Amino acid sequence: MHQRRTILPLRTGLLFLGPAALFIGAFILLPFFWIAGVSFTNRTLTGATAANPQFVGLQNYLKLFDLSTFMNPGQFGSSLVITGQFVFWSAIVGQAVLGLLLAWFFYRRSGWVKESVQTLAIVAWIIPDVVVAFAWNAFLDYDGGTLNWLFGLVGLHKVDWLLAMPLLSIVLFNAWRGAAFSMLLFSSALGSIPPSYLETADVAGAGPWQRLKDIILPLIRTHIVTDLILITLWTFNTFGPFLLTGGGPAFKTEVVSVLTYRMAFKYFDFGTGSALGMVMMLINLGFALVYLGLLRRQGSSR
Amino acid sequence: MRVVKHVLGRVAFYVVAAVFAAVFALPLLWLVFAPFGSRATLSVALPDPFTLSNFGRVFANTFAVRALFQNSIIQAVGTMILVTLLATLAAYALSRAPIRGRDVLSYGLVLFSSIVTGTAAMVPIFLLIFNLGLIDTHMGVILVFTGGLLPAAIFIMRDFVDSIPRSYEESALVAGASPWGMFRDIALPIVRPGMMVVGVWTFVNVWGGFLVPFILLRSPTKMPAAVAIYSFYTEGGTPIITLTTAYALLYTLPVLALYLFVNWKYGFRFFGGIKS
Repeated sequence: MHQRRTILPLRTGLLFLGPAALFIGAFILLPFFWIAGVSFTNRTLTGATAANPQFVGLQNYLKLFDLSTFMNPGQFGSSLVITGQFVFWSAIVGQAVLGLLLAWFFYRRSGWVKESVQTLAIVAWIIPDVVVAFAWNAFLDYDGGTLNWLFGLVGLHKVDWLLAMPLLSIVLFNAWRGAAFSMLLFSSALGSIPPSYLETADVAGAGPWQRLKDIILPLIRTHIVTDLILITLWTFNTFGPFLLTGGGPAFKTEVVSVLTYRMAFKYFDFGTGSALGMVMMLINLGFALVYLGLLRRQGSSR
Repeated sequence: MRVVKHVLGRVAFYVVAAVFAAVFALPLLWLVFAPFGSRATLSVALPDPFTLSNFGRVFANTFAVRALFQNSIIQAVGTMILVTLLATLAAYALSRAPIRGRDVLSYGLVLFSSIVTGTAAMVPIFLLIFNLGLIDTHMGVILVFTGGLLPAAIFIMRDFVDSIPRSYEESALVAGASPWGMFRDIALPIVRPGMMVVGVWTFVNVWGGFLVPFILLRSPTKMPAAVAIYSFYTEGGTPIITLTTAYALLYTLPVLALYLFVNWKYGFRFFGGIKS
């Protein structure tokens, strides 16, 4: 981009940037370093260790990774496994596949059917968390829930979703909740494919499945990567499952974000909570670095 | 044969579309009907008899009314004003001032803000707000939301500012305008759609936000609707479904209205470009 003339002098520019920089510094950069500091102490909310927290070295981290209890219910290892399953099934399989199907199904179509279905998906995505949680609590209810009513219609046995299949419940919940984002992203990706590519395929007699596999998917590869990383990051950090199940029964849906909440804000054990938060942020950092690496590789291969 | 194939294709299209529609509509159906019934269960049923009395009872609950019409609005509108103002100023500076590495900066901040997020970030943020003496204040909630939403808001806003032709400001400069005057008289009116989008986006985010007020607020008189919705319980501890769903509907309406507004005015799409 060529600069013809400076419109805003540097000093004025920095002045304009200042207030925003202050907020970002205080509420994003500072917390990152603060949490690292607290994670090496035995800080609590009340009591002697609130005023005078002691340096405990790696003790909080060693406790998290204590292999004798690591995989017990309610412990970090078990929570990580639950989170992994939750992210894989609800984001990567649920949201991305459902979003891609929706985008692909309505691709090159218009009209009220497309508008209505896509609007329904978007509504599921934008209404507040707590409202969605209430709706799903009723939807999955054993006696009166809509899902069991549907099961009854087709002659299947009722399932006590939230008690017998809690992990599946939060997976379905989160897939349903977030599919619209992937749908919108894939729709705009499909919209950027030159129509001539597909017309050529039509002339060559390619079926819909072949078109998707051989033409569309390779062309929107970068969008797929972007989508997968973003929804993975969001699903990994979401607090949504807490609103549906509270982490239970018996810690079976306690994803890492809910475990962190329990340690820091129910037990007010900020040392352990900070160590957990730190590990979460490092995992987030890992996702972000993978994302940046992929973007750079794609940028240079063009 | 071709006609048959065409008809079958149409039928298949409608069937699949109906399945998609059902998948997204069914979990919400109960929420649409339950507020209008006098005797609510967890099953979907047409309200019989149809009644609006639940809404009347919600409005009679001063705690819930204050949460929705005062606390939620203070927190959402307060954050909206701060974020829109600061993001516009910052985006303008990043677009027009010779700040080195400004593209890396705006992108890097969005990325960093998605690392320091959710419950993980709430641990140090709670301590920060605690030390500032802002626990259980609207201000604390507004500040935390503002900090968290700003990076993405700046990113969205930059798209709008970058699309203003530089020649407008260049002619104003020749005419002797000051940087502030140029920003106020030329840039601001043009980026108003961008401010609108950022404002609505911020409002919806705060309006629906549960974790931040849940952790930072203590007294019932300051709770926003997202937390207050858990207050319609009988003395035995079971939720009063009719009231909860009526409240949930009232609480959801602004979000739906804003979506329809943005969709009608600008078309609902990605702003700030999810760059492939």
